[in-house]
Formats: sequence, C-alpha cells, structure tokens
Amino acid sequence: MNAPAVELNGDRADSVPALEVVDLVKVFPIKSLQGARVIKGVVQAVSKVSFSIESGKTLGLVGESGSGKSTVARCVLQLLTPTSGSVKFNGTELVGMSRKDIQPLRQEMQMVFQDPYASLDPRLTVGNAIAEPLQIHKVKGNHAQRVAELLELVGLAPDHAKRFPHEFSGGQRQRVGIARALALEPQLIVLDEPVSALDVSIQAGVMNLLQDLQTRLGLSYLFIAHDLSVVRHISDSVAVMYLGKVMEVGPAELIYNAPMHPYTQALLSAAPEPDPDIERQRQRIVLKGDVPSPVNPPSGCRFRTRCPKAQDVCADEEPLLVDHGGGQRVACYFPEAVPLVAPTVTH
Amino acid sequence: MTEEQPVLEIRDLRVTFPTESGNVQAVRGVDVTVGPGEMLGVVGESGSGKSVTFLAAMGLLPKTAKIEGSVKVHGQELVDVHNNQMRSQRGKKISMIFQDPLSALNPTHKIGHQVSEMLRSHNEMSKAQAWERSVELLDIVGIPQPRTRASQYPHEFSGGMRQRVMIAIAIANDPDVLIADEPTTALDVTVQAQILDVIQDIQHRFHAGVVFITHDLGVVARIADRVQVMYAGRTVERGQVDDIFRHPTHPYTRGLLASLPALGRERLTPIPGAPPNMLRPPSGCAFRPRCPFAQEICAGEIPPLRPLLGLETACVRAEELLVTEGVA
Repeated sequence: MNAPAVELNGDRADSVPALEVVDLVKVFPIKSLQGARVIKGVVQAVSKVSFSIESGKTLGLVGESGSGKSTVARCVLQLLTPTSGSVKFNGTELVGMSRKDIQPLRQEMQMVFQDPYASLDPRLTVGNAIAEPLQIHKVKGNHAQRVAELLELVGLAPDHAKRFPHEFSGGQRQRVGIARALALEPQLIVLDEPVSALDVSIQAGVMNLLQDLQTRLGLSYLFIAHDLSVVRHISDSVAVMYLGKVMEVGPAELIYNAPMHPYTQALLSAAPEPDPDIERQRQRIVLKGDVPSPVNPPSGCRFRTRCPKAQDVCADEEPLLVDHGGGQRVACYFPEAVPLVAPTVTH
Repeated sequence: MTEEQPVLEIRDLRVTFPTESGNVQAVRGVDVTVGPGEMLGVVGESGSGKSVTFLAAMGLLPKTAKIEGSVKVHGQELVDVHNNQMRSQRGKKISMIFQDPLSALNPTHKIGHQVSEMLRSHNEMSKAQAWERSVELLDIVGIPQPRTRASQYPHEFSGGMRQRVMIAIAIANDPDVLIADEPTTALDVTVQAQILDVIQDIQHRFHAGVVFITHDLGVVARIADRVQVMYAGRTVERGQVDDIFRHPTHPYTRGLLASLPALGRERLTPIPGAPPNMLRPPSGCAFRPRCPFAQEICAGEIPPLRPLLGLETACVRAEELLVTEGVA
C-alpha cells in the first residue's frame, strides 16, 4: 500500500503529525453500590499509550474487547478527559484546554460511529442531520447546497436530503454518518468500527468510499476495528492494544507480515482467512484462557498470563516499546519475527 | 458427499410470516442434507433466511409463522409431528446454540443445574447423577475446574466460557444434529478460535452432524466440509468447501468473495444495490437486480439448483459465464 506513516529515520522536523498521542492514561473510578461518592477501586482503561498519525495517513487500532481502543478514541477527541498524557492535534496540545478554546478545534476532528441507526436522530431528515453541525458551528453560506454537495460526495443523491434515516439501508445510513462527519471539513476523522455492522457486500463500498475521500480531501484517519483484514486493507500503520497497553506498533506491512509480539502473532493466527488452503496450512497459536480483569491487571507485561513465551522477568518489570527497525516497535522481552502465513494469497 | 444416511434432511422448506403489509417470504424452498460427522457451513447476509430455515427445523418459530415442507432427523419427520413430540426430539436428537449465550442462560440458576435440567428432561436420572454428568460435560467443552465452575452462576463466566456452557447443554443428550447459529460472532478472535476448536472436537468425538450458520467466510473456510450459500430465502450454490472458494459458479458467491479485503487487493468490489424486500421478491432469480450478468432469461422461472463442476448452482447462465468471464 502507501508509504509507511511511521517515520523511518528521524527527520521529523519538517512535518508535524496530524495527531500525536504520548503516554495517554485514562482511569475510571469504580463507584460502590452504596453511594456514588465511595470509590472502590479504579480501572486503568488506557495505560501510557503513545502513537502518531502522519497527515493524510491511516492508523489502524486493533485489539479485543476491553483493550481500551474506544477509550483512546474518545480521549483523542476530548469527549473524555484524559487522566494524564498528551494529545497533540497538528502540534496543538488538547489536554488541559478549556471547553471554549477547544470548541473551534472540534470542527477539525470528527467521529464516525459503528451503528449509524443509533447515531442518527430518527425524527430528523437526513438533510437536517447533515446540516446540524453547520448550524452548531454557525458556518456561513447556503446550508442546503452544502448538504447536497456532501450527499453527492458520499455517493448518495441530493434529493435523499428530504428522507428519514429509516428509509435507508445500513450501508446508506453509514454514508449519511460519513457525510455528517465531513460537513465541517475536518482534517482528522476517528472511525470507531465503521463497517462492522454491515454485510460484506455493502462493507466493501463503504471502505472504497473512505479510501477515496482520504485521497481527495487529504484526511487523516484513526481507524478502530476488530476485523483484522479490514484494518490491513485500509491502514498505513497499525497499533495493537491489549488491556490498555500498546503491545506493538508500526507500518501495517511489517505488523501483518512479520509480527514480533506474541500477542500480535496469536491475534493474527486466530483470525480466519477466507481460503480453505491457507486455513489448513497455517500455524495456529491458540491462547489459553480469557483476558484478565483491567481492575487488577497482571504485574509487568499485561499479556504474560496468556503468553506462551512468558518468563519470570515478564512479571517483574513492564517491557517498554523498543524499536526493531523500520518503525516497528514492540513491547516484549522476547520479540521474534515469525511469518504466519507462508503462501502468498492468490485470488 | 457421504453415502451414509443423512442425519438431517430438509426438503423444500418454506416459511412465511404474515405481517400488516403482507406475507414476508423468508424461506422459499430450501433443501439441506447433513451427513453424520459432517460440518455444513451455511453462509448468507442478513435477511437471507439462513437462521429462519433452522429455527423452523427446530420448531422454534412463533406460531404465526407458516411452515411448509419436510424436516427429517435420522429419517423421522419433524415438521408435522405434534408439538409435544417436537419437544421430546428437540434437545435430544437435534439441538441448537446461539450467538448470545448470556440471554440463553438463566441468571438465577447455577450452571450445573442448567446442564442437569437438560439431562433430566430427556432421561431418567437422579439429581446427583445428572450433576456428575454435568461436571463431565463441562470438562468435555474445556471449562477448567469443572466441579467448582458447576456451582457458579452465569455472571461469573466470560463470554467464551458461557458459550462453552451452551455447547455443554446442547450436547448433553448426545444429539445427532447440532445447529450453531453465529456462535462466535459476539466473541473476540482469540476466543473464537477456542470455540471453533471445541465445536470441531464435538463434531469428531460424537460423530454429530453440525450446521454452522455464519456470515463470516473466513470461519467457513476454516471449519466447514461443505458450504451452502443462501440469498433471499433460497440456496444459490452449494458444494465442497474447496470448490466453493476456488471456483464458485454463482455470481452472488463470486461477488461475496470479491468484496472481501485480501492481501494484495488494492480495491474492493462491492455488490451494487441492497438485498430485495421479501414482501415482494423479484421474479425469477432474486439476485438479478444486483447481478452484473443478469439478462431477460433470469427474470423467468425461479432457477433450481443443478450440478455443475462438482458444485450445485442456481445460476441459469453459469456455463456461459465460465467461458466469457474466465472463471475456474
């Protein structure tokens, strides 16, 4: 695919990343049933997460339920206030900014949700739904004309503006969600599982649209999904999360072809490929047990309780992300590149 | 295909739901054959009728649904049998697991009790015997410390462990047929891999016929022996898993495979349009409004399945397309 978004040899001075997240932490208190004031404990949903997205590129964020990927998304957009850490948008620090100061920046960062039926008001026409952000941000100009442009941009007809969400199919509704996100001409779009509610034949069209829009409008994407093949298809770089931590991050090609972290390897080997030959030949790493509770995560490396390679050292100290060349950074004491699928896929 | 007597045989199944706006024709003449120890993957998109077909076979549809056709388990007819008799077959000869195990388990009863209940409803067994057998079953489906876990409640189990409990309940009476309706869709991939292993183990250990309903073609490629592709309440293509993936003959199957992201595929190919409204499905081939190869002939009769290249296809133009489109 495109050139890797993660920089190869420094040379960072000439370009500011569209998004730079450093040591992001988000802690949620667990309130007791007796009274909301009594705090029983905390959940570290996101623990020192760092990554960056180059302008016009896509970072795929993968991980299983409870890994903290959606919390990261909400912290990036300041829909949740991070406990600590830094989120820089085009070089501007967002953490600690007042609501008033952040308001104009919200236009530049938009979100597309998984379920467009739930995120669209059933009583608003699609045209009004798309025009709503324009009204909120008091954008001047002809809103009706802008709505028509946006509908065409996402592959719908301008006269669809008069219809209500229930009159659309799932794929069309997601296009409406995208049109609404584009209304304020953002630079960064956070997409939280944007195609996982759609049937595959429809999903393909929405994926193509997202790629076209990126090329045309120079958008940067933070793309969250649990479907690893979808993430591979759209991402320039990929970050793999487990229990609130980034286990491995780097150019998509390296992460998919030569993953070094045992969790990435297990995750990729568990994802079934639509090819019976590959399925018969491939090595499968089946993890034991379930993800531990984020209330009481394992000491040291959080993956160690399920890791086939775990040693004593893994329990003592937390491994840091270490660069292994080509921008591939791995948080493991025993990293090893393993090619998972030997034969090349031919379709 | 197996020469043994099929464990599940569905013939010309039709299911209609009367609604205010008319009859929804959810299933429009579906045949299914599953041999002992065989895994049949049933794929299709939302609304294709894949779940309704098997809910009808299980006798689990609401009374308002109109069901026609024949469902035989080990040669015994199920559709016409009196409701009570259906109940005695259900869970014994044929059982089912679902996508969401939490809603299928009773939150106020111990896990061991819920497995025992299934055992005792079909067998003469003391409570103690049933409990012992429940612990064994929990062990078979890979639940660690089964004796301790049997005394716990559903909320103490993770999603993957709950699905294992559902499988234990489903296999409690050694059924001939196990129907799994999207059993891993709600699970994470690493847990999905574990559950697929359990289901395959059950298939081999009990020599049960398994129907695996899913929209995930990757899962089908991994576990199915044979595949049946459904669209708009009909089967459009079926055959051995390798044939279906290597040289599909039906434009819908080919469209599905082309729309998947794959290594080295820069651009995806969606299927244009949306599935039809089943109140008024199109005449002839229901895929015709979305099919790039549709011609006048496709609007005529509803095309039946017919053999082609080791598969069975419902496309009237399949041979032509093999030549002109250079498939296979």
